[in-house]
Amino acid sequence: MIDALGSAASSSLICLSCDAPLEPGKIEASYLGQSFPVDLPRCPKCGFVYVSEELASGKMLKVEQALEDK
Amino acid sequence: MDGEQVKAWEALCVEEQPPACVAACPLHVDFRGMAEKIAAGDFVGAFALYARVVPLPAILAHVCDHPCETACRRAEAGGALRIAALERACVEEAYAVLKRAPQRLRRPKSVAIVGVGLAGLTAAHDLAMKGHAVTVFEADATALERLRHFDPAILPPSAIEADLGGLVSLGVEIRCRSRIVGGDGPLGLDRLAENHDAVLLAPGRGRTPAFAPTVALGPDGRVVAAAGSGATSHPKIFAAHVRMSEADPVGGDFADYSPIGSAHDGRRAANTIDRFLQGASLTAARGDEGGHASCLYVEVSAHPPVAPIDPADPAHGYDHAEAIAEAARCFPCRCRECVKACEYLARHGGYPKRYVREIWNNDGIVMGNRKANRMIDGCTLCGLCAEICPNDLSMGEVCLDARRSMVRRGKMPASHHDFALREFAFYRSAEATLARNEPGFAASEVVFFPGCQLAGSDPDAVVAIWSHLRARISGGVGLLLDCCGAPAHWAGRVDLVEEARAAFETEWRRMGRPAVVTACASCLKMLRELHPDVPAESLWTRLAAIGLPEAPPVVSPPLSIHDPCTARHDHATQAAVRAIAAARGLEVRELDGADRTTCCGYGGLSVYADPETADRIVERRIGQSEDDYLAWCAMCRDTFARHGKRTAHLLDFVFPKSDGDDPAGRPDPGLSARRDARLRLKARLLREAWGETVSDDEPIMAIQVPEDVRLDMERKLILVEDVTRTIAEAEASGRRLKDPASGRLIAAHRAGEVTYWVAYEPEGDGFVLRRAWSHRMRVEAKP
Ligand code: SF4
Ligand code: SF4
Ligand code: SF4
Ligand SMILES: [Zn+2]
Repeated sequence: MIDALGSAASSSLICLSCDAPLEPGKIEASYLGQSFPVDLPRCPKCGFVYVSEELASGKMLKVEQALEDK
Repeated sequence: MDGEQVKAWEALCVEEQPPACVAACPLHVDFRGMAEKIAAGDFVGAFALYARVVPLPAILAHVCDHPCETACRRAEAGGALRIAALERACVEEAYAVLKRAPQRLRRPKSVAIVGVGLAGLTAAHDLAMKGHAVTVFEADATALERLRHFDPAILPPSAIEADLGGLVSLGVEIRCRSRIVGGDGPLGLDRLAENHDAVLLAPGRGRTPAFAPTVALGPDGRVVAAAGSGATSHPKIFAAHVRMSEADPVGGDFADYSPIGSAHDGRRAANTIDRFLQGASLTAARGDEGGHASCLYVEVSAHPPVAPIDPADPAHGYDHAEAIAEAARCFPCRCRECVKACEYLARHGGYPKRYVREIWNNDGIVMGNRKANRMIDGCTLCGLCAEICPNDLSMGEVCLDARRSMVRRGKMPASHHDFALREFAFYRSAEATLARNEPGFAASEVVFFPGCQLAGSDPDAVVAIWSHLRARISGGVGLLLDCCGAPAHWAGRVDLVEEARAAFETEWRRMGRPAVVTACASCLKMLRELHPDVPAESLWTRLAAIGLPEAPPVVSPPLSIHDPCTARHDHATQAAVRAIAAARGLEVRELDGADRTTCCGYGGLSVYADPETADRIVERRIGQSEDDYLAWCAMCRDTFARHGKRTAHLLDFVFPKSDGDDPAGRPDPGLSARRDARLRLKARLLREAWGETVSDDEPIMAIQVPEDVRLDMERKLILVEDVTRTIAEAEASGRRLKDPASGRLIAAHRAGEVTYWVAYEPEGDGFVLRRAWSHRMRVEAKP
């Protein structure tokens, strides 16, 4: 489940507040009282985490549903 | 969920009952399964099913008196299956593959069987398969003497030899020329009982005086044996041919000679002896032995008649191709009437009895995956299954009960009903509700309750209806914009239903206990269930009573009428709707009739919890006729329109909007526009009817949403309001990402349990939305 979310594929997005490119980083994902670490692109300065549409409607949705059925 | 209730539901579904042929066969040969295999050319597989329960397959395939054929339901559509002939064809083609593996017991018991007829040999087979040492004693010179008198054309001697060979290879010892008599002596019954663990008397049906005095005889000269079990006066000795119950005649003849009946006598006796050898009860739980009637429901009229196949060579019987053709006439018997009618039931691959069990198991899971959650939440609760089922089993009732149980235990998946319940909260909020008497009245004779869907879908119609009601009803027609509680009811949220119920009741009393007229079939059903004291009525029956407004006659092609599932049993309203359509000059055609209508997918919140199933239900419904449809529920109409089906609302013809408009072509307004319309309707009514100064809320920021993006958001249940708030916050705080490749800005906003994401671009002095998406999981960078 933890690996299922990993999508560290580096993105070319830029954080406008910090004028810094996003980099893969350690993120804590949590849902329904369960948390687990994942690697996701985030701003190295302010910590803005990016969840792509593909991730949100794919792997992340699957994990959410699996946790809901627990 | 309550286990007793679940059992009662399960018992209503007869799908797992054996078909007529299987029930009628004393050995319960699975002929339905055989026919499916034969029709597919798998004679070996069919034979395996046959030999699994038939002890002497070669012999019985020739002499069985086939009570199954008398019972076969195909008889009502062309002629009963020629079951015996098909079984023979299988035996002829596949007997050589017969393999039997007896159980191995550590301490086999020894059993003596007196009499080598079909009963004795069946018992010998069954007991040998159980691992016991069986010896059969026969007075005649050869085994199966009686069968050897059959015409060899009917029963070839080779069949007898084949089955006897089979028994010998199971380890059965057959001793001929061994006449057993009562009393002591080398072939005496006393000695036999002494030397074996059990003895079975299977001399054929009739007088058996030779067995006295070891076992007691009745005045008719027969062995006295307990009905059912066949226990005699000697503790180790049992009789094979026995009355089934004390009520059967004692002295009279047993039923006519039946080969399959004799084999069944032997099977029963073997069962008794096996129980005796294991020290088990001889009588407990023996209900389903022997032939009986079937209670499986079969819709025979769905099958056009087909006559039986005659073999080209009657003496030889069916050849391979003829057997396949004959077997293909088997229906096969199944019920599944509800499954045929309901896409939701069909989608899960089974039938209600199995579903009820899965739902019950799901309910009991403490740790682990609840696999049936989506199934439970996918049902539209439309009631069609109960309408169709011969025993009125309602899957909707089962699913609703399961939902309530999930909610009670905190196990309802958060995402299934979250959006619907937020909508419910919005439509019940102070912002969106309105409850007033008609201007100039202190109380209402009637209150108009349009229902959320109509108010959101067609606010002009709400205004027109209210004004017509006021014109025709003198005692004051109040207005109540609120939610009846249906979404909460469907979500299993008893608590929220109660809130809606109490709020309605307060307003209703405050307005002077008026009669309630509602434009929505679901509201009407809810109101009637929740408020038995409130005189609630459909807008349509009221319109039929007070008359329609003046309007020029309608010019329209014929329309096929779709009734809302929540009005399935409301015959008065169905009739009023049709009368109003006729009065407007519409030609209306029936689909399956109102009793058999389907849901539009909104019912039961299926469209939120299981959108794919809801889509299939709708696609099937709109594919039923090429006609434009006529709906009288706003939700049904909008849903069909969203799926591309031209559908008009009956109100479009009662209160025509303007010349030349195309009611069936009106698009689905969608979730965001419906919310917006509700707020604007309230403001408009306050202004126009009560002269208040209210202005429409202007959105905090004007965002352009291209049509393809809007449709995508509808499917994802994202409102324009959600994306507007997200962009407004991002622009205010500056927290945005930029994609240098596309130049798009990306921002996120957490609202409640959902994070909304937007990709957008500045345009002119505003913004245009390019994509929107959401998730429920929280993500945070670790410090
Ligand atoms: S139609 Fe087929 S399944 Fe039904 S009773 Fe006849 S043989 Fe059996
Ligand atoms: S969707 Fe309707 S017909 Fe299908 S199972 Fe549910 S209540 Fe029954
Ligand atoms: S209609 Fe459906 S629920 Fe009713 S007996 Fe048949 S299969 Fe079972
Ligand atoms: Zn940053």
